[in-house]
Amino acid sequence: MHLSADPSSGSVQPEQPSIVKDLGVAPAPGRAGKVSASVLTARRWITVMAPLVGLSAALVLLCVQFGTQWIGLGQVIDILGHVLRDGSVESEQIGTAGVILIQVRLPRLLLGLLVGACLASVGVVLQALLRNPLADPYVLGVSSGAALGVALAILLGIGSTFLALSVLPLCGFAGGLLSLVVVYRMALSYGRLPIHSLLLAGVILNSIFSALIMFITSIMEPNRSAGTMAWLMGTLTAPSYPALGILACYLTGGLFLLLRQARRLNVLTLGEESARSLGIETEQVKRQIYLLSALITGAVVSVSGMIGFVGMVIPHAVRLMLGADHRLLLPASALVGGMYLMIADTMARTLLTPAEIPVGIITALAGGPFFIYLLVWRKDRFT
Amino acid sequence: MSRSLENEHGMTGSAIALRKAYEVRSLRFRYHPFGQGAADWVLNGLTFDIEAGEILGIVGPNGSGKTSLLKLLVKVLRPDDGDLALFGRDLGAMPQVEVARTVAFVPQESPQVFSFTVMETVLMGRYPHHHGQTWSAGFGWESAEDLSIAEQAMQYTDLTHLAGRSVMDLSGGERQRCMIARALAQAPQILLLDEPTAFLDLQHQMEICAIVRRLKEERGLTVVLVSHDLNLASQYCDRILMLKAGALFRLGPPHEVIDVDVLRAVYGCDVLIDRHPESGVPRVTMPQYRSTKSFDDRS
Repeated sequence: MHLSADPSSGSVQPEQPSIVKDLGVAPAPGRAGKVSASVLTARRWITVMAPLVGLSAALVLLCVQFGTQWIGLGQVIDILGHVLRDGSVESEQIGTAGVILIQVRLPRLLLGLLVGACLASVGVVLQALLRNPLADPYVLGVSSGAALGVALAILLGIGSTFLALSVLPLCGFAGGLLSLVVVYRMALSYGRLPIHSLLLAGVILNSIFSALIMFITSIMEPNRSAGTMAWLMGTLTAPSYPALGILACYLTGGLFLLLRQARRLNVLTLGEESARSLGIETEQVKRQIYLLSALITGAVVSVSGMIGFVGMVIPHAVRLMLGADHRLLLPASALVGGMYLMIADTMARTLLTPAEIPVGIITALAGGPFFIYLLVWRKDRFT
Repeated sequence: MSRSLENEHGMTGSAIALRKAYEVRSLRFRYHPFGQGAADWVLNGLTFDIEAGEILGIVGPNGSGKTSLLKLLVKVLRPDDGDLALFGRDLGAMPQVEVARTVAFVPQESPQVFSFTVMETVLMGRYPHHHGQTWSAGFGWESAEDLSIAEQAMQYTDLTHLAGRSVMDLSGGERQRCMIARALAQAPQILLLDEPTAFLDLQHQMEICAIVRRLKEERGLTVVLVSHDLNLASQYCDRILMLKAGALFRLGPPHEVIDVDVLRAVYGCDVLIDRHPESGVPRVTMPQYRSTKSFDDRS
């Protein structure tokens, strides 16, 4: 009546007698052996995540050297050591190079790491919820919704007050949520959102929101509107350390909460009904994840504007390398997304030095063609 | 919490057989599409029991409410009216996760757009058994027990050699077996299958049917399957429930339900029914095409 469950048996003989005949499909080479090989374990998680963390740190040290003025690794380590020893960032002690490094480049890189991590993570969870590998906060219009909220707040003059840090992310959240509600409603009435409806919804939302944003910038004072336009294109500007700290707490908190849903995200990719039949209160879980996505996107857009395609390119690449399990995909995408944006921003700072390109232009130029490639040549995989 | 594939009430097969897996009383259901009023009744006043350990086939014309009924049984849909009891407990009051530890559901189509492996997909069936430990429900790793149960489920459905393959690269028959293995990993007492053999060729149809029969005989599983294939239902089911326009038309063993008069009343067409050469169960054959009268008149 039951099959004995023997927890000690690590592997199963593939030649087990079975009344169901083998289909004659040759087992994939190298995969036929131990069954458990394809399962994510704590050990595999650490062996992937630890190098990624190390690589991110190394990339910070590498990227921080580039800029209008080259600061060599030795000097970087010197300055960092000095700052860590004394806890002082005064210019007398660390010199001009130190000030550039500590007050401009490093916070900007760390901001890039955070923003990239958040965009990639939101991309991962939106893709899982909508069961569509092309979903991305930028493509779906979540970013432009958030940008509209933030632009409105700037127009009303909140942006320049001391409230900016706490209010702008909330305005972004409200705008991003508006887009997500539209997408969510569409997904609800279709069951699974077909790729074309999804993209169409995104295109329409994006054009409505950008029309409104352009209207807002057109009625702003000229000096403010120039700044707003630059921000809209997606730029990273060095934040103060307290601001960076608050942002980091807020965003890592959000990422942590998303990570807690990793296993449910896996199950949700089976489809809404299968997920419910597996014991997930899907409406509740989805609402929570959509809210978190809007909160994170809102905060990210309020500091960095619209940086596109990170949320689509990175999860794709990471999924190809590490598989689809969200327990690994989500944190790995976060780190890879962070690294990607650090590299893109370093290019934005240095390519036309001393002038700067908005980093959003670089990610769009890299991500857009990739998006078209997926849409045209790989569409059989997800339409 | 169930710790093995054995049923969690620790009952012997015969004790289980005396119990009712489901008691359905005057069940009514209709969809409530967003932005529109309520639609017509999909199911209108169904009353019947499902015995533990039986294979029940649900058949009926398109739109007669078969799939809706199956989804109501696993609480994916909620009834508008009437009572549903699962092993004597009110289904409406049971948390979804508890339902998931008793009932497993395999929907008709399960397209997967991400490259999960077969093993990962089967392991998703262990999710309901991790609920409660809040952290491990959302994150956490599979226990040795989860792995061994998933491996057994894959062995049962002959998928072991495909464990590391992406589900997107599977053939239709393999994907269906993968979904059944995922359902078995839930260690359920009841298995609900929606059109398990649709779109499958003959060999794969027979495989799925053999798995279903084996599950009943070896594990005492209750199986409820929806099918359009009357011959398959006749051959593999203990009892057949014939639905007509959301109401129960006939419920009984195959020879009572697969009947010329019943089929004419339900499907509105005449068919030939003889006996299966081996088992003697009713076998449905489409009659030879005859030209219509008006055509005859002209010639």
